[in-house]
Amino acid sequence: MTTIPATGVRTSVRVRPRRSGGVTSRAGGVAAHVIVVVVLLLMLFPVYWAVSTSFKRGIDMNRITPLWFPIPGTFQHYRDAWHKDYFLSSLQNSAIVVASVVVISIAVAFLAAVAIARSNFRGRKAYIVLIMAIQMIPQIALILPLFVLLSYVHKQNTIVGLTFTYLAFILPFSIWTLRGFVANIPADLEEAAMIDGCSRFGAFMRVTFPLVAPGLVATAIFAFIQSFNEFIFAYVIMQDNSKWTASVWLESFLTQQQIDWGGLMAGATMLSIPIVIGFLLVQRYVAVGLTAGAVKG
Amino acid sequence: MVAAGTRVARAPSRRQPVRRGRAPLRTRVARRFGPYLLVAPSLIVIGFVLGYPVVKLFELAFQHFGLPQILNMSNPKLGQPPSWVGLANFRRAFTDHQFWTVLWRTLIFTAVNVGATMVIGTWLAVLMRRVVRPLRLALTGVLIFVWAMPQLVSVTIWNWLFDQQFGVVNYTLTKLHLGNFLHHNWYENPVQGFGVVTCVVVWGAIPFIAITMHAALSQVPEELIEAARVDGAGAWQIFRRVTFPILRPVVVILTSLSIIWDFQVFTQVFALRDNRPEPWYYLMSIFAFMQSFRAHDYGYGAALSIVILLVMLGVSVVYVRQMVKIGDVR
Repeated sequence: MTTIPATGVRTSVRVRPRRSGGVTSRAGGVAAHVIVVVVLLLMLFPVYWAVSTSFKRGIDMNRITPLWFPIPGTFQHYRDAWHKDYFLSSLQNSAIVVASVVVISIAVAFLAAVAIARSNFRGRKAYIVLIMAIQMIPQIALILPLFVLLSYVHKQNTIVGLTFTYLAFILPFSIWTLRGFVANIPADLEEAAMIDGCSRFGAFMRVTFPLVAPGLVATAIFAFIQSFNEFIFAYVIMQDNSKWTASVWLESFLTQQQIDWGGLMAGATMLSIPIVIGFLLVQRYVAVGLTAGAVKG
Repeated sequence: MVAAGTRVARAPSRRQPVRRGRAPLRTRVARRFGPYLLVAPSLIVIGFVLGYPVVKLFELAFQHFGLPQILNMSNPKLGQPPSWVGLANFRRAFTDHQFWTVLWRTLIFTAVNVGATMVIGTWLAVLMRRVVRPLRLALTGVLIFVWAMPQLVSVTIWNWLFDQQFGVVNYTLTKLHLGNFLHHNWYENPVQGFGVVTCVVVWGAIPFIAITMHAALSQVPEELIEAARVDGAGAWQIFRRVTFPILRPVVVILTSLSIIWDFQVFTQVFALRDNRPEPWYYLMSIFAFMQSFRAHDYGYGAALSIVILLVMLGVSVVYVRQMVKIGDVR
């Protein structure tokens, strides 16, 4: 679940590449281009191969000399994956978990973000250190005691148990990201609204909230990606087949005697589409934000 | 940050300078306790889900805790209550030959993976600044796409690429006359098996490093590099003496994050070995998991987890300090 670090330090300063003219005329320009093209193809190939396999007919897949393009193709693997046991129920479980995690984490994280961005209360620094430190706890270390805790309160094998588990791991990141968004909005704006007769709450709702909205969307998508992708906790906590989440379902392909590679690649493709779309929407908040803060700091 | 806070606090007095004596009680209370109310829900969730388990983890590490104790927990009439065994679990780890083997294997694995990721990622970032715009955009697009791939999906893809019978890698290597790889089983030899794991891990990690380093590189003032070049510095010298010192904070953060991620690698090995990794595929996290959930020796598993925790702690201090510094400056 830690594929995305807590680096949501977003500044209002746009990072713009500053280049002198004639970049390509430098020595090594051709070599650089060739290397980049090769790397690009190498990075892309696994993805291409997965998608192309998912459209290949069975006989075209199982041959020593690979078929480089899926022609003639078939949708059979997608049909198979769709009708494979527990696909729809696992999707449904994932949808419930993801929706709960997104809604609750946004609400809770927003409150905390306002607190650490807007007031300098006693213990603020300790709270920030706590938020950062939590993300460093190895998840593998917590699987066991979490499992014990959930059995103790009879919440193992339940959606509620899994939702709370994800919340604890997603909240620190969401809080830190939203903090950046809230801190970027000048408090003067709120003051101005208050002078014009708004109540403090009214000023907040009418001025700050709309400006934070993009941040809320970004954080929501992060929470969505994390909770949809997570595997180990879901694997340990959700033990009944009917309680599987989508990632546990996908993994169940690999433990069969004879792996159905076509179906597996079709399933993998289907499950990545929502994630890839979501990620494209928010990726710029991750890397750019991190370095903008880091280089200046 | 601090400035923003005080500005808010000052606002009401500026608004009502005449009626200073009647600063409403509600406002004063809200200002004093408001922040705590706002952070309370997050603390409750985190405390409930992480607080108890962290305490429990340390408790388990000093206990003998197996299946009878799990049974006993749900029904006091069954099984046996846990018994305290002091440092026995840790003593067992430190005298266990397998523990040291796994620890060394994990350290070497981490070093190789972090090294490869950082070097390739940084190199790619440098190259990206020297190619034409369309190519750079195309590469960025591919990197983001790979970055977005769910971990489990990428594991299944690589598993298929290295498949014994119909894997495209075996075919290609044979065609390139690099040896006879037809029906070659990559997992028979753990060194080759970890080679596959390294491919999955590095492939998935390069995008974050490359994109972040590229963004950081574009913040290095071009004039500085130009000046160094005029003074006769070569490409490597410029990188070593000008660019790198400026990028240091980013490199520190990225390296510590990579160490933290790679030391904990679990899913990649676990799924590549079909949920039943052989002992020679154990990394620390797999070792702890297998001791807990397969051997049902929860006490020993907890002790191993604490060893992981302590190693992570060392790395985390560096990362958290750098992040708090950034958070404070802003």
